[in-house]
Amino acid sequence: MNGERPDPDVLLSRVQAEAARAHRGRLKIFFGASAGVGKTYAMLAAARAALAQGRKVVIGVIETHGRADTEAMTADLPRLPLREIPHRDSVLHEFDPDAALAFAVSNPDTLVLVDELAHNNAPGSRHPKRWQDVEELLNAGLDVWTAVNVQHLESLNDIISGITQIKVWETVPDRVFDDADEVVVVDLPPDELLQRLKQGKVYLPQQAELAAKHFFRKGNLLALRELALRRTADRVDDEMQTFRRENVGEKVWPNRESLLACIGPDGQGEQIVHKCARMAAQQEVAWHVVHVETPAVQRLSEQQRAQILKVLNLAQELGAVTTILSAPEPASPLIRYAREHNLSRLILGRPQRRWRWPLQPMLSAAIEAQAQDLDVLLVATGRDNGVRQPGSSAAAAPLENFQWQGYAAALAICTATALVATPLLGWLELTNIVMLFLLAVVIVAMRFGRGPAVLAAFVGVGVFDFFFVPPRFSFAVSDAQYLLTFGVMLLVALVIGQLTAGLKVQAKAATGREQRMRSLYEMSRDLSAALLAEQVAEIGAKFLLAEFQAGSALLVADEHNQLQTMPGATVTVDMSVAQWAFDHGEAAGKGTDTLPSCPCLMLPLKATMRLRGVVAIAPAAGNLLGPEQRRLLDTCASLLASTLERIHFIDVAQSTTVQMESERLRNSLLAAISHDLRTPLASLVGLADTLHLTGPLPRAEQQEIVQAIRNSALRMSALVNNLLDMARLESGAVKLNRQWQPLEEVIGSAVAACGQLLDGRPLNVNLPDDLPLLQLDAVLMERVFVNLLENAAKYTPAGTAITIAAKVSGDMVEITMDDEGPGLPPGRQEAIFEKFERGRRETAIAGVGLGLAICRAIVRVHGGTISGETRPEGGARFTLRLPCGIPPSDDGAHAIDE
Amino acid sequence: MMERMQSMSELRPSILVVEDEADIRRFVRLSLESEGYDVFEADTIKRGLIDAGTRRPELVVLDLGLPDGDGVDFIRDLRGWSQVPVIVLSARSGENAKISALDAGADDYLVKPFGAGELMARVRAQLRRHSQQTQAGEPVIRFGDVSIDLARRVVERNQQQLHLTPIEYRLLTHLATQPDRVITYRQLLKAVWGPGHMEDIHYVRVHMANLRKKIEASPSMPRHLITEGGIGYRFVSQ
Repeated sequence: MNGERPDPDVLLSRVQAEAARAHRGRLKIFFGASAGVGKTYAMLAAARAALAQGRKVVIGVIETHGRADTEAMTADLPRLPLREIPHRDSVLHEFDPDAALAFAVSNPDTLVLVDELAHNNAPGSRHPKRWQDVEELLNAGLDVWTAVNVQHLESLNDIISGITQIKVWETVPDRVFDDADEVVVVDLPPDELLQRLKQGKVYLPQQAELAAKHFFRKGNLLALRELALRRTADRVDDEMQTFRRENVGEKVWPNRESLLACIGPDGQGEQIVHKCARMAAQQEVAWHVVHVETPAVQRLSEQQRAQILKVLNLAQELGAVTTILSAPEPASPLIRYAREHNLSRLILGRPQRRWRWPLQPMLSAAIEAQAQDLDVLLVATGRDNGVRQPGSSAAAAPLENFQWQGYAAALAICTATALVATPLLGWLELTNIVMLFLLAVVIVAMRFGRGPAVLAAFVGVGVFDFFFVPPRFSFAVSDAQYLLTFGVMLLVALVIGQLTAGLKVQAKAATGREQRMRSLYEMSRDLSAALLAEQVAEIGAKFLLAEFQAGSALLVADEHNQLQTMPGATVTVDMSVAQWAFDHGEAAGKGTDTLPSCPCLMLPLKATMRLRGVVAIAPAAGNLLGPEQRRLLDTCASLLASTLERIHFIDVAQSTTVQMESERLRNSLLAAISHDLRTPLASLVGLADTLHLTGPLPRAEQQEIVQAIRNSALRMSALVNNLLDMARLESGAVKLNRQWQPLEEVIGSAVAACGQLLDGRPLNVNLPDDLPLLQLDAVLMERVFVNLLENAAKYTPAGTAITIAAKVSGDMVEITMDDEGPGLPPGRQEAIFEKFERGRRETAIAGVGLGLAICRAIVRVHGGTISGETRPEGGARFTLRLPCGIPPSDDGAHAIDE
Repeated sequence: MMERMQSMSELRPSILVVEDEADIRRFVRLSLESEGYDVFEADTIKRGLIDAGTRRPELVVLDLGLPDGDGVDFIRDLRGWSQVPVIVLSARSGENAKISALDAGADDYLVKPFGAGELMARVRAQLRRHSQQTQAGEPVIRFGDVSIDLARRVVERNQQQLHLTPIEYRLLTHLATQPDRVITYRQLLKAVWGPGHMEDIHYVRVHMANLRKKIEASPSMPRHLITEGGIGYRFVSQ
């Protein structure tokens, strides 16, 4: 396992499961293929054995069906009383879990026998099913032994009723069976069972005799027996898997002939997959197909890489689990994968006899050397076309681009080495000159890769022989030992050239990976700050362009699951392909099996909750997307998807907040209206009734009532006006009719409108003569002053003065209105401008708290501000600031048409 | 004034009420009848125009929202052949409707909901103005401590001659000769500056502010040159 540590979450859940299990009673199931195999008998026999060993055993319920030998087995076992449940005219007897629980209190560590696990309890019982009673006992810590037939298992119910033509209504969920601590198969060959049936040893209910006879046919019994045995085997297999997981096993337990096919970039992949699929189908086992992407594979042409993807897709369609692993060499990841997934047989294509690099083992040999517990199967592919061994990194890449510059450089470097070494010949030993040539090979390998390095090795040996080894300037060799030198030199040059080139490729791959990781990281960092789908589209497009030189488009699903192209798309998207990818949640377009003629690859954006859209990628011409790039794209797509989902939920949260806010507002509106509208209405109705019912009243009294009716109606009218005005202002239906006018005039008409309202309060208006004209909506601004004056009239004692003053302050005109009342409630100077807020709540003063809110709304649309404060010397001060603007200089004094 | 009307009991002034709301019509009729007027009712423009032609009322109370059309059309039609005073009833916040009704020739307006007292005051004022207009125009108008001698073109306050600019004089006389009538900005602009300056409403406001400083005791709380917010002005002599 290469020392990989188990996932902490998995460990935790395992610990929790074990803790739960420690408190739980143990369940043992006697499992049979059909009635009559002797489950009850076997259970009773086992129970008697346990009793003999000193275990406390009690019979919860046993169905002996009147069989004498079974009955006899129960003789010395204590029985719990059954519960009597009246049903129509008769009394039914059911297992009583309470009796068992009560018994367990006085007899801890009791084993309870409960026959017929699948039994349906009579109506009126605690649980509708007996297995639920058993669960309760288990949860209470009691051990239970029970019996059940295969036909009662939920998942097999349909299959069996198909076989036997008898529908079984009493079923047990499979998890009860799977979670049982122990399952004992009570097996009886069908012939013996039929024999027992003939002898009348099997109980058959009278009314079902015909059906039962149909049931007990040999063919049925054989099928049931096989199902029972196989179901038990499956369970045992699961247990073993769990055991293996829990005990962190290294070795594969060859319990099943599970298959792992390994495919490489050669033509064999397809045949291997087909063969493996057939083998898996014959043996009914799971199979996996794995491709190991080695640096050698990464050097392959796009066509070959596409071929690998195609084979993997094919395998997936045929039902395999497919994976791409990335590693420098194929053997060890394959072994690790096989062990992790408990796959015992590895299937490889048969290697072709061909030239190999020195020291490069065959893949099959490497696997055999590293993991002797795995079977390696070399399958014949019936094709001998010189293709290479699957997954082998050793194979040279014949399609690697011929880089003539590299070969030329190799020649040049060898020549340069010869030129440098020639003058040194006098000082240096020949062995050191050999070193110079080896150095040259290393340089060539590092700079230009494997092919030029090979050339440099051979040329180097030739040049060394020709120019340096005596006799010089001839390929002849005087001393035979130089032949050894040449041999070793060539070998060493080839090996280090190979290794260096490999290192270089890996370093390049690592750099590429790092680069990709960095840009992924950057994208995810950018995405984490994105708040709009448009931003997501922009970030995604940037990433795809930088990484793949690919045009892209982001399509986001709206609430009706219609895809909308986000702005910034650099490709035109075939919407039908995109919609297909979205509807099916699968990739479509270029490089896939669906609509591959489409120039774009469409990846669905799968987020946790649902699909969020589709990203369309159009790679630059000839740039096919390999598996590694596909993985990167998938990562990119899932990042985009989760970001879109996050944005979606931000929207949801925001609209929820808005909804809550408007809900709160609505509630306060309702509260205000229900009080302030109902009060005058109630008095109107009441007063009118008074007039109607109480006959002729004295004139004075009548006047009083009429006056009261009038006041109530006016109050309602004011209220309704306020509500309507606020609604109009809020909805934006109000169009400002701003005109240049003296402030004096607006204040004057407001004062006139308030009239008697001020109730004799002296009003001082101190406006400087040089106050500029203001651009105001006369009606609305009059409303502001009326509301402020009304407020003052409401909240100040009669006879106190109100003072309005104004001055220019910067580019604003500042208007103040002071009263001599109690001032504003402390801490609520801002709140009073909110809708349905009132300075002092518990007052009998009428109003819904809209006056000041209307003032603020009006002042705001004029581009001004309004605020309130309590003056240090007492009384409230409201301050309006309105922009001066540039009043017209022309007053029409000379514009008279004479 | 009232005594004069009551003394001519066989010539009780008749008033036409054009209003489609039965309740409002009833309340207007009851209050007018209690003041001694004859009341005719109409609930459509068509009916109203027929009644205005046949009954020859001394005053029309007109609702602006009628089922068969706009009250403004009624006024235009009526003004083609009659100078009978018209008081318009309008819903609140309908400034533009009021202005077009006034521009079309209505004399005053009332905003719903209005009280019976308010209605009566406006009716009396319009009837009084109309009867004064039909009599020969007085050469001298007096209000508060101000007198305007239309013949000599002199305005005096407390027997001191006031120096008004020509514009202020025209403004003042145009308003003062039509007391209790609401004059819109456009009407004033047309009367004082001529038809070329119909949009320069601030002209009126600037000069009105100056005029008030000369005429009114407290210019920000005027008693005679009353602002009708957003609509225009009304001259009140008392």
